[in-house]
Amino acid sequence: MQFVKTAAALGGLLILAGTVSAQEYPERPIQLIVPWGAGGGTDAVGRLLGAEIQRELGVPVNVVNRTGGSGVVGHSAIANADPDGYTIGIMTIEIDMMHWQGLTELTYEDFDILAIVNADPGGVMVSAESGFDSVEALLESIKSEPAGTYKASGTGQGGIWHVGLAGWLLSEDLAPDHVTFVPSQGAAPGLTDMVAGGVDIVPSSLAEGRSMIDANRVVALATMSAERQDAFPDVPTLAETTGSDWTVAVWRSVAAPDGLPDDVKTKLMDAVEVAYNSDAYQTFMADRGFGLRWAKGDDATEIVANDDAAFGEVMKQAGLAAE
Amino acid sequence: MSTVIDAAQLVFQPYVLLVILCSAAFGMFVGAIPGLTATMATALLVPVTFFMDPVPAIATIVTATAMAIFAGDIPGTMLRMPGTPASAAYVQDAYALTKQGRPEAALGASLVFSSIGGIFGTLVLITASPVLAEIALKFSSFEYFWLVVLGLSCAVFISPGSPARGLVALFIGLFAATIGLENPAGAPRYTMGSVELMGGVQFIPAMIGLFAVSEVIRTFIKRGEEVRPPATPGKGIFRQQAKNLVTYPVQALRGSAMGTAIGALPGAGADIAAWISFAISKKFSKTPEKFGTGHVEGLVEAGASNNAAMSGAWIPALVFGIPGDSITAIVIGVLYIKGINPGPMVFITQPQMIYAVFIVFLLANLIMLPLGWLAIKGARQVLSIPQKVLMPVILMFCMVGSFAINNSAFGIGIMLVFGVIGFLMEENDIPIAPAILGLVLGPMLEQNFVTSMIKSDGSFIAFFERPIAAGLGLFTIAVWMIPLLLLLLRRRPPAGVSEP
Repeated sequence: MQFVKTAAALGGLLILAGTVSAQEYPERPIQLIVPWGAGGGTDAVGRLLGAEIQRELGVPVNVVNRTGGSGVVGHSAIANADPDGYTIGIMTIEIDMMHWQGLTELTYEDFDILAIVNADPGGVMVSAESGFDSVEALLESIKSEPAGTYKASGTGQGGIWHVGLAGWLLSEDLAPDHVTFVPSQGAAPGLTDMVAGGVDIVPSSLAEGRSMIDANRVVALATMSAERQDAFPDVPTLAETTGSDWTVAVWRSVAAPDGLPDDVKTKLMDAVEVAYNSDAYQTFMADRGFGLRWAKGDDATEIVANDDAAFGEVMKQAGLAAE
Repeated sequence: MSTVIDAAQLVFQPYVLLVILCSAAFGMFVGAIPGLTATMATALLVPVTFFMDPVPAIATIVTATAMAIFAGDIPGTMLRMPGTPASAAYVQDAYALTKQGRPEAALGASLVFSSIGGIFGTLVLITASPVLAEIALKFSSFEYFWLVVLGLSCAVFISPGSPARGLVALFIGLFAATIGLENPAGAPRYTMGSVELMGGVQFIPAMIGLFAVSEVIRTFIKRGEEVRPPATPGKGIFRQQAKNLVTYPVQALRGSAMGTAIGALPGAGADIAAWISFAISKKFSKTPEKFGTGHVEGLVEAGASNNAAMSGAWIPALVFGIPGDSITAIVIGVLYIKGINPGPMVFITQPQMIYAVFIVFLLANLIMLPLGWLAIKGARQVLSIPQKVLMPVILMFCMVGSFAINNSAFGIGIMLVFGVIGFLMEENDIPIAPAILGLVLGPMLEQNFVTSMIKSDGSFIAFFERPIAAGLGLFTIAVWMIPLLLLLLRRRPPAGVSEP
């Protein structure tokens, strides 16, 4: 009798466990894919959010770096995973550019975007030795000299700051390649090269140039955002100075493969929101000089879609898009 | 002086010292596992440092990386599986010593001269940071182009046997480096529609394949032929090195100085430093024919060089917040979080913090000696494992290492392909080392050449217009021409002697 009771109890427990596991997400570890290398800014954001999501959902969140191919490899790995909520990733702005370049078929529509968690506007930076003290003076000089006199750098060919620069030039009624773009491995090598006298302008985010600005080697002339940045209150916007309405910002988002079940999606979005609002994330971003930006679900998707259209337009005009 | 005492008080606390000891052990462990790199060790430590005060946070990273770079030589020496491209420069000599049953000779030299190089680099960092950083800031793509060309020229010097075979190997490496998307135009090359190939050939799996898998294949094919010498007991790791220091003082100093200088350049790091130092060592050696057969001379110079470069990389990082390599790139982020904003001001506003970092550097390079000694003693046991057990284990490590680098089975594929290539190369007496050099420097060569040409609107003259570029360019051309001229002079039959 005792045996039957125990068996029945055990069986009941098993059934209970079975139903619970079928309904309750999450029941096993979540993989968070970062399409960029360990140690970079995106990696840091991914690891920090991962730790907070882990605390919120109560299952381990494993951060996995899948690098290479200017982000194509990692973004493909996120999009091609099963949409069960057990694979998410950090989707970066490159998703809005690489399909225009013909590098991949992937677009933002292949993802369920959970939230945008950070954005850093582009800027206009020159070397302290250049003598320019305002973006108007720089623009005047760019316009009066023949095309190709000025050179800019700060990202790879067709990268975000390349598109940002071309968009700004177009908005000032200049040809998108009036300033020659010199591809680099990122903002830091571009800035170093500018200080060494290799190029004239770096249009990357001001956060990336912070240490060189503090060291009085680099001068920030403008920010390509609608409003001034909190971290750089003395740097004017383009609209205040040259009157251009061009804005560009590099953002990072948390995304999952397209087709998540609704309940899973809601749960994940809420977990990301808690992670975003955590003290650890907020202080980390402020200390690193990264811009905080929050947009959830459909709002985030709208931002991503608008950028996709705007970048496509600029890239086509600048000859950066594949035929 | 009071700042130094303040700094010392920040460092010499039980908690900080315990942190240094633990991160040293962690770095040693990560470095000794093939495929796990010093950069990865640093990235893993970053979340841990969130909860620490600034000094222990920096100490964690400094200690772990210094240790990981040395520990990378352990699998290189024991299993011919170099942990970093920097240690690939001398893996041939180190492994040859292991085959003679004397791995301590190689690892001991690597340990002691790593430490010497690291301390030398730190002393330069303390005394000459601002001056050196100013010079480093003058390097643009024109200067880096010549530096990379100079590095590639080393292929001819380091390859045992004929220069032609060295060039064949170099071009195999350069070709592999063209695969993928990471080129100045951002255009996919030789990817055959594969998303994975867009990422290009990653050099850690390629290196593991070329060196280690090829060795596994050879052992399997030539089973029973090779009789390994009995492991001769080491005479005492440190006593041998005292002798080396007396024999090769110039080499140690030259390697340390070269490493610090190259490390201080933001666009060049420990790997170029090690290769150039190894080539210089062979070029000026009294016995260049011994290189590649288990000779410690090159190991002394290149071993000192790559650790000195690690310290050198901090020079632009501290003075201008410019990363000198992937590790200092992470460190700069941590410094910001800890409220130490790198830049010239930090030397004035927070000198005790900077001195504390310097003291940690010296401690890390000193603690390396006893911990390294333990690691070498342990590593020695590998020799007593029979081949038929050891080789499958090596292959397993190769796979784990190749997988870990990008969490992808594709890395294992690259490793296997390069294992076969490496085997075929060595069967045909083509050296492997220059291929690694091509793989590492190929992308830098292309990047710096193409961007220089864009900047100069297509004019070659620009490569000689800037003073440092002109100097480096003329030096490189001299390095090429002098052996050719000597060869021509030697070929010309002396007057009065008729041909037989």
